[in-house]
Amino acid sequence: MSLSIRNLKKSYIEPGGRRLPILNVDSFDIADAEQVVLIGSSGGGKTTLLNVIAGVTTADSGQVVIDGTDVTKLPEAGRDRFRALRIGYVFQTFNLLPAFTALENVLLGMSFGGCKADRPHARELLKRVGLEHRLNHRPTKLSVGEQQRVAVARALANRPSLLLADEPTANVDTSNQDNILKLIREACTENGVSLMLVTHSTDVASQFDRIEKLSDFNRPEASE
Amino acid sequence: MNLLVIAFKSLRQRALSSSLTALSVALGIMLVVSVLVIKSVVDDTFTQRSVGVSLLVGPRGSDLGNVLSAVYRIGKPSENLPWRVLTEDLPGRAMRLTGVKDPSDIIEWAIPMTMGDVTEEGTFPVVGTTPKYFKVEYASGQKFRKKGELPVNPFDAMIGSRVARENGWDVGSQFSLIHGGADGHVHDEKFTITGVLAPTGTANDGTVFVNIEGFFLISGHEKPPEEAIQRLKDFGFEVSAEQEAAIREATSGHDHASHDDHGHEGHEGHDDHGHEGHDHGHAHHGIPDDLKEVSFILVRTKTSLGSIMLASEINEGMRAQAVNPIQVISKLMKLFVGNTQKLLLFLTGLIVVVAGIGIFVSIYNSMSDRKREIAIMRALGASRVTVFSIILGESLLLCVGGGTLGLLMGHGLVVIAAPLVESQAGIVVNPWSFDAMELVLFPILIGMATLVGFLPGLTAYRTDVADALSD
Repeated sequence: MSLSIRNLKKSYIEPGGRRLPILNVDSFDIADAEQVVLIGSSGGGKTTLLNVIAGVTTADSGQVVIDGTDVTKLPEAGRDRFRALRIGYVFQTFNLLPAFTALENVLLGMSFGGCKADRPHARELLKRVGLEHRLNHRPTKLSVGEQQRVAVARALANRPSLLLADEPTANVDTSNQDNILKLIREACTENGVSLMLVTHSTDVASQFDRIEKLSDFNRPEASE
Repeated sequence: MNLLVIAFKSLRQRALSSSLTALSVALGIMLVVSVLVIKSVVDDTFTQRSVGVSLLVGPRGSDLGNVLSAVYRIGKPSENLPWRVLTEDLPGRAMRLTGVKDPSDIIEWAIPMTMGDVTEEGTFPVVGTTPKYFKVEYASGQKFRKKGELPVNPFDAMIGSRVARENGWDVGSQFSLIHGGADGHVHDEKFTITGVLAPTGTANDGTVFVNIEGFFLISGHEKPPEEAIQRLKDFGFEVSAEQEAAIREATSGHDHASHDDHGHEGHEGHDDHGHEGHDHGHAHHGIPDDLKEVSFILVRTKTSLGSIMLASEINEGMRAQAVNPIQVISKLMKLFVGNTQKLLLFLTGLIVVVAGIGIFVSIYNSMSDRKREIAIMRALGASRVTVFSIILGESLLLCVGGGTLGLLMGHGLVVIAAPLVESQAGIVVNPWSFDAMELVLFPILIGMATLVGFLPGLTAYRTDVADALSD
C-alpha cells in the first residue's frame, strides 16, 4: 500500500465565522509496508490529518491517494466502504463498543465492510494479541491493556493495507505501552500493512525508523 | 454481524431501560389481545355462531324479548302459541309460498320449545322440547356432543354442562321442577337425567331440557279445554263443534290433583286450571294436541331467501311473529356492544401509542450518550444508512418483541381466566382462538416502530464522526 498526499488543505469554521486553517500539506508519502511515526504539538492537526486520510472528514481541497484511489474524490458512502475494507483505525481511547464482547468487537469491523464475518480469523487475531482466553468478555471486564489489544485486533480484522493509530499508547502504562507498540508493529510487518502512528511520546517515536514532525510538512498559516 | 443482532446487543447493553419499554408495549398489546378475545367471545355468544336457527316463531311482542328468552334463556315468553301453529299453520304458510309443493321444500326442521319452569335446585331454566333438538346444529356447523342417551321418554331429561357441574348431577340423577309462577310451587313429577351435554359456550350449558311430552304431563301444564278452544279461535284456527266436543271429552275424567292458582308465567292458562285427578305418576296418558302450547318454534329453512319469505308470510297473519334471531342480535350488538368494543379497542390502542412514545423517549434520550458508539461504528466503516438502520432495528425489536410478548401474555391471561370465566359465567372461552385483527397488530407495530425510531435514527445518521470521536 502506498499513501500519497498532495496539496491537502483543511480548515474549520470558528463560531465567529472565521476560517481556521488546520492542514496545508503540499506533499507527504508513505511507501508500501512502511511504518511512520507522526509527532507534533497538541492541536497541531495530527488527528485531523488521520481523519482526512481515513475519509472520516473531508478535505477542503487536495488529494489523498491510497493505492491509486483518491479518497477525497469518493462520495461519503464510498469513503465509508473504502475505510471499512482498506483502513484500520486504532484510537487513543480504544473505543471498543461496550455492548459487544472482545470477539464481537473484532467481528464488527468485518461486518461494516460488507464482508462475511470471518469468525476463525477474528479468533486468530485475538489469539495473536494474547486474548484467546478473553474472547467472550466485554470491554468493562478487560484491563486497559487488554482493551487496546482488542482494538488492535479489530483494526486488523479486514486485512487493511493502511493502519492509522492515533496515540494508541497514551492511556496505558509503560509496560503495556511497549507491548502494544510491539504488537502493532509486528502485526503490520507480518501482514505487510503500512502504518502511520501518531504519538506525543518521544520513547515511542524513537522506536521508528521514520519519524515525521507534522509542523515540518504542514503549514496551515500559508494557506490563508 | 447482522444489523438486527447489533441492534439487539445494543438494547441488551441498556437491559433495564429496554426491558421496561418493551414491557410497556407488551402490556398494551396484552390489553388489546384481551379485548379482542372478549370481542370474539361476545361475537360468538351473541351472533350466528351461537344460533343455529333461521327463524324464531314466537308470540307477538318484542323481537328482542323473544330472542333473549328462546336463545339466551333470559326472561320468559310473554305468552304461548297453540300447538296447531306448529302442526298446521307453519306448514300451511310454507305451502302458500310460490313454488312450494311441500313444507319440506322450504323448512328443514321445526322444533317446538316450551318454557317457564325452573329446576328446584339451582333454578336453572327448563325447556321442554323434542329429542330432535339435540340432533340438529345448535350453532352454525356445531352439533351437540353428549354423554348418555337422548330424552326419548316423557320424563327423561338432558342437562347442560354447567347444570351438571353446579348441581353435581349426572346420568341417573332425578330432579323436580318449580312452577314458573310467583307461588314457587314444586311439581310432584320427577324427571330422570338420561344425558349430559358437553360444554357449548351457549345458553344450552345452563339449561335443563325435558322431553316435551313429559312437560305437558306435568300437572297444570296442559290448557283447560274452554280456554284452549277460545285461544284456538283467537288465533284464527277453525274449531268445529266435533273438535270442541273431542277436546272436552279428552279432558273429562282427567285425574288432576289440585294444582290451581299456579300463576305460571309464560304458560298462559296454567293459572286457575282447576283440573282434578291428574296422574302424577308416570302412567302417562296422551294430552290432546289442542290442549298443548308451545312457547317458541325454532325453524331452520333450507335457504336464506326461504327464511325471509316464510317470516314475511308468518308475520302477515295470526298472532305469532317470526324473526331472524341473528338479525335481532346483530342490531343489539351494533347499538351497544359494538360501540363498547370500539371504545375499549380505542383505549387499548391509546395505551399502545403511549408505549410507542415511551420507546421514542427511551431511544431518543439514549442518543446523546451513544454518539460516541455511533461514531466508532462509522469510523469502522458503517455508513450513515447502516447506523440509521441499527437504531431503527432497535425500535423494531422493542415494538415487535414487546408485541410478541404481549400477544403471548394476552393469550396466557385468557388461558388462566378461561376456566374462571366458564365456572362463573358459563361462557366457554377458547384461549387459542385468534382474532383476525391480531394479524393487523404486527404491521401496526412495525409502522409504529418506524415512526418512533425515525427521529433517533436521523440523529444517528447526522452524527459527525470526527466531532463525536474528539468529544
